[in-house]
Amino acid sequence: METQKTALYEYHKSLGAKFAPFAGYQMPIQYTSGIVEEHKFTRSEAGLFDVSHMGQLSIEGNTGLISALEKIIPIDLRNIKHNQLKYTFLTNENGGIYDDLIVTKVEKGFNIILNAACKDNDYKIIKKALGEKFKLTLHKDLSLVALQGPKASKILENIISGTSSLKFMNGKNFSYNGTEIYITRSGYTGEDGFEISILNNMVEEFAKILIVKGAKPIGLGARDTLRLEAGLCLYGHDINESTTPIEANLKWTISKRRREEGGFSGYNKIKSDMNGELSRLRIGIKPSGKIIAREGTKIFSVDGQEIGSITSGTYGPSVNGPIAMGYVKYNFSKSKTNILLEVRGKKYNAQVYELPFYKKSYVR
Amino acid sequence: MSKKKFSKQHEWASVEGDVATIGITKHAAEMLGDIVFVELPEKGKNVKKEGQAGVVESTKAASDIYTPITGEITETNQSIIDDPGAVNKDPEGNAWFFKIKIKNKSELDELMSKADYDKFAKENPN
Repeated sequence: METQKTALYEYHKSLGAKFAPFAGYQMPIQYTSGIVEEHKFTRSEAGLFDVSHMGQLSIEGNTGLISALEKIIPIDLRNIKHNQLKYTFLTNENGGIYDDLIVTKVEKGFNIILNAACKDNDYKIIKKALGEKFKLTLHKDLSLVALQGPKASKILENIISGTSSLKFMNGKNFSYNGTEIYITRSGYTGEDGFEISILNNMVEEFAKILIVKGAKPIGLGARDTLRLEAGLCLYGHDINESTTPIEANLKWTISKRRREEGGFSGYNKIKSDMNGELSRLRIGIKPSGKIIAREGTKIFSVDGQEIGSITSGTYGPSVNGPIAMGYVKYNFSKSKTNILLEVRGKKYNAQVYELPFYKKSYVR
Repeated sequence: MSKKKFSKQHEWASVEGDVATIGITKHAAEMLGDIVFVELPEKGKNVKKEGQAGVVESTKAASDIYTPITGEITETNQSIIDDPGAVNKDPEGNAWFFKIKIKNKSELDELMSKADYDKFAKENPN
């Protein structure tokens, strides 16, 4: 398959982006100042991210849509408020995760943000579950940009009045140059911020205005270090088709009614995970020294027993040290448990760390 | 210090007597991006030309460092372990990696001049 490009590709190029293929797209990994500077700028000012590779799916319908969707998505769609966002999953029969999603209740039904690598498969799964009764659209005409950081709200308010009063995990339609655009207060960095869904043919001009107003373009490299500091999962690494939401320590995403009633794919496994003893749990890991433990690094107990492996690991610029996430046997998942990480044949000290590594500052 | 010689693995060697100082090139440092961790060989270790002799990690990934010359490690640069970012700032100067007692001086002839390396790096950017 030919590598795809987002509508901002030429603009990234003009800004000096270094590109790499990601989920079938040529995406900017970093710009001229580098990942560490981009990361820090997002934490202190405002970063602009092109996340147009992600899928933007809308489902239109009323009668029967909620009960049909609840069969594949384990959140309470009856009680989600208009314009409210929820983090959730498409679960499989074994309680594993096909994808992690942001679901928003809108006027005509639901909007769902899908991971780029999963979006075509997600579409098939959702289509199959919903049948022909509802209108599904995977919007190819829309771009998605994220504006993240302590200055994000001020910058966006300056361009689109009213956006600063959005609450965290809420969205709304706004008028911009005579066109309706949907903006949510959300993100993937641990900072206050917004995600803006806008037509492909308007996105470059919009991005330019954000940059004139003080935002800087940030690549996927810093997006990864930012989200890991914030303790957020990356699909395909920290969660996948073999990890359940309970093992991933994301039980909080499943509402009380759904935990009790079930009625979604993989409920039996998820229920037994919740009631029985979990075999493993996703944890944060802080190596003691400077050693960086990457994905796949084996984790050992202090007495030498292999107890798990790392699923994401990097250097956290705001933490100024190495950070990681991974899965360990449940007995070793308590915060501050001493563990060992095997990197290039040598074992290094580390500790289980209560996530996040970097404290969030969301506007509630 | 003598003129620098360069390897295809993007290391440089600068020779004084029978000791060579080894580091990574400016081009390599740029390609790697922000360097956040450096691991160097132990003093006294014998290393072989084109053999692995250290690791650098950027925010993105780990990369092996190779020695362009066979010999014994006589000194390592603690300052880049303490401040790995120095490798991005001054890769061909203060941020050298290790010093090596040269075993076979003829190996130096197999390395490239600055002009040849610049041409090589342009044609083989990674």
